[in-house]
Amino acid sequence: GFGFQGYAPICLGLEDFYIRRLYLRIQDCFGRPISSAPDAWFDVVERYSNDNNKTLKRTTKTSKCLNLGSYNYLGFAAADEYCTPRAIESLKKFAASTCSTRVDGGTTMLHTDLEECVARFVGKPAAVVFGMGYVTNSAILPILMGKGGLIISDSLNHNSIVNGARGSGATIRVFQHNTPSHLETVLREQIAEGQPRTHRPWKKIMVIVEGIYSMEGELCKLPEIVSICKKYKAYVYLDEAHSIGAVGKSGRGVCELLGVDTADVDVMMGTFTKSFGSCGGYIAGSKELVQYLKYTCPAHLYGTAISPPGAQQIISSIKVILGEDGSNRGAQKLARIRENSNFFRSELQKMGFEVLGDNDSPVMPIMLYNPAKIPAFSRECLRQKVAVVTVAFPATPLLLARARICISAAHTKEDLVKALEVISGVGDLVGIKYFPAEPNKQHQEHGTIKLE
Amino acid sequence: MASYGLNMLNSTVNWVTQALDAPSARAVVFGVHIGGHYFVEGLLLVVILFLLSQKSYKPPKRPLTKKEIDELCDDWVPEPLIPSITKEMEYQPPVLESAAGPHVIINGKEVVNFATANYLGLVGHEKVQESCTAALEKYGVGSCGPRGFYGTIDVHLDCESRISKFLGTPDSILYSYGLSTMFSAIPCFAKKGDVIVVDEGVHWGIQNGLHLSRSTIVYFKHNDMKSLHDTLEKITADNKRVKKLRRYIVVESVYQNSGQIAPLDEIIKLKEKYRFRVFLDESNSFGVLGQSGRGLTEYCGVPVEKIDIVTAAMGHALATEGGFCTGSSRVVDHQRLSSSGYVFSASLPPYLASAAITAIDMIEENPGLIVKLKKNISLLLKGLSGIQGLTVTSSPESPIVFLKLEQSTGSIKGDMELLEEIAERALKEDSVFVVTSKRSVLDKCRLPVGIRLFVSAGHTEADLTKACECLKRVSGLVLKHRD
Repeated sequence: GFGFQGYAPICLGLEDFYIRRLYLRIQDCFGRPISSAPDAWFDVVERYSNDNNKTLKRTTKTSKCLNLGSYNYLGFAAADEYCTPRAIESLKKFAASTCSTRVDGGTTMLHTDLEECVARFVGKPAAVVFGMGYVTNSAILPILMGKGGLIISDSLNHNSIVNGARGSGATIRVFQHNTPSHLETVLREQIAEGQPRTHRPWKKIMVIVEGIYSMEGELCKLPEIVSICKKYKAYVYLDEAHSIGAVGKSGRGVCELLGVDTADVDVMMGTFTKSFGSCGGYIAGSKELVQYLKYTCPAHLYGTAISPPGAQQIISSIKVILGEDGSNRGAQKLARIRENSNFFRSELQKMGFEVLGDNDSPVMPIMLYNPAKIPAFSRECLRQKVAVVTVAFPATPLLLARARICISAAHTKEDLVKALEVISGVGDLVGIKYFPAEPNKQHQEHGTIKLE
Repeated sequence: MASYGLNMLNSTVNWVTQALDAPSARAVVFGVHIGGHYFVEGLLLVVILFLLSQKSYKPPKRPLTKKEIDELCDDWVPEPLIPSITKEMEYQPPVLESAAGPHVIINGKEVVNFATANYLGLVGHEKVQESCTAALEKYGVGSCGPRGFYGTIDVHLDCESRISKFLGTPDSILYSYGLSTMFSAIPCFAKKGDVIVVDEGVHWGIQNGLHLSRSTIVYFKHNDMKSLHDTLEKITADNKRVKKLRRYIVVESVYQNSGQIAPLDEIIKLKEKYRFRVFLDESNSFGVLGQSGRGLTEYCGVPVEKIDIVTAAMGHALATEGGFCTGSSRVVDHQRLSSSGYVFSASLPPYLASAAITAIDMIEENPGLIVKLKKNISLLLKGLSGIQGLTVTSSPESPIVFLKLEQSTGSIKGDMELLEEIAERALKEDSVFVVTSKRSVLDKCRLPVGIRLFVSAGHTEADLTKACECLKRVSGLVLKHRD
């Protein structure tokens, strides 16, 4: 408490236990401040602590490290030759913020252009853009689903989806991560049983999945899930936060990569923070859906409109990706991120690390399992000028700690080779090469003749 | 026949007596003399236990067969995802073609802008623009990560310490969107079972936060201190356990839905009497109220330490986006780990954080802006007095001037139609841009709808006079038909 007599303490003791005893000791592995743009190489600010990590103080010293942690899939994070001048121009024309909601005085020409551009890129008739990705999920789900509806969501869905589902008042059921057969079982059971206690039929059913799961790095099994939902007349909500712009031949996301027709997915949601280097989120769907959302969604009616330079950055980056800026930088970036991801993943696996995720996905978690290895891995990598992200409880289960690598199109081959060397060295020190390493090709040539 | 029955009875009695007199019947176990009747009692006990252990009769459960489930699935028809589109849903807001300052270009014409919350006129100000440009060139646009994973840029930390220095609080925390500030902060500190007393006119962000916290919510009448006092009295009297629970009062400094200002000094008196904690949302009063713009605490003469948690959205006087929350270090540190809108979301773009720092610097260096804003508000209110058909319901010092219909049509829909007509005609005929209040289907607020004017320090006297004349004329025309 604050020394107030008669007041109950503001923070409960039990919630604090993990934080006080475990997290504070490894606090320097999280929340590291940077003092430059989050590009392929960036400056990490050094911090020190006088009281055993309870508080960390900034210094003015920085060290240039290789960035394997920021969501910079296509390399738009730093100043870009095409995007930044246009963002500055829009800043001069429309100012940094419209200080108003979209329905009041916050809709500028940029916003209408942006929505058309996004709809065209994603492959849907219309789209609506919000100022923040988290709020998009939390404010849309209560509008689409209400009491008497059923939401079936993947067990590893993101916190924003969970919050939105809870805020909607619908019944929530969970199916095993990425298992279409279990989804079918749950659907059949639920339709047959109806609403809890009254057994009335459900008003509507919605299945929520993500394109790429950020903690697993795997792609969703979208074709099977979509066909099951069609069979049982459930609606599909796809959250493409990590996959839009990063996968697919022309960057259009999971639907393009797996060959699913966008008309089969009822609501497509995504964010612009990852591949486009900006901020905000969008919902794409049929014209009627978007019109209805513009009339009822609280994020549209009460939230400030997306900042104009941010909007311009999205438009410019989409133009670059589609090649409409007159160069083929977009196609190069897409090819580079695919090559980089596949190369890095296969090398790591050859070295004997346990790497999760599918091919083509730019997110690769390396399993550490033991939470005590988190500070060792993180600090040693930083000492050797490689900045990695380690994930602990509560984002993952306590004993399934991992280090998560995010590959970017801005990384060159030399950067990746250096990163592999450092990670291999640290992996040996810390002891996380859980699989046997594949012997080098040269050794195999001298080996026995293969009998086919 | 009778003699046969009698014989049977006699022989049974003899047999029983013999059994009772048998040698085993006179055994002594543990020093207790066992008589024969113990056998009967023992038998009865065994029979009772046997009957109790039998399961009660339940009709056997037959799970549905695969074919039956298939039939049910085929029969089931879902509702359409959205209801059909009505005419009101096709409303398109006016599209701006220039920056949202005191004057803005819509459809090629220049209009006077009362629709954006640009209270100090900092939108498009050159100092703010310069700092944004420098930040864009250095950091790019987005921050590409949440605060925990290399999304913390030094401008964020500078911004947080600047806000704390300005307000005089130990620490503050930045959120990347104004609306998410309140609905992430409240569930951090209030869980199931806690008690929250809240004004009925709060905006949707707070309502959503209350819903997500799953605590017991009690509403009191809008800005009515007597109602607040009665509610607090009732809660402390009813519930004996309430001393161990966390109890909160949630109020806004200037209500978005009505323009009223909350009487903070009275709220503090009540809070100290009944031992509640106070959550204050200063979105519309930061940079506006008080001598130096420090908000409602300065305006009412209350030291800022007495408020437990202060939040604000920066999309108003500070002419940028995002939000912040400030309070004691304990409060702020707790949010860094358990506030969902902070931990699971990307951080604020760095150029907006540097715009916030520049804006606060400007507020400190130019207190004249606040004086001009106050003058403009009083001029506007003077000009609007005597307007036909509409009454002013906002407080005299509030930067949101709220006009509601004197005589309501009886339904929100009817009111909205009239008000929208007034706003449309004001824009088309007189080039004055005002807005009506909009309600979402999820909004629980039941306050009357009205027309809102956001006054700015950048408005000139001519702008204000034009607005007053225009509104008087248009409302006279539109509302005359009703009498």
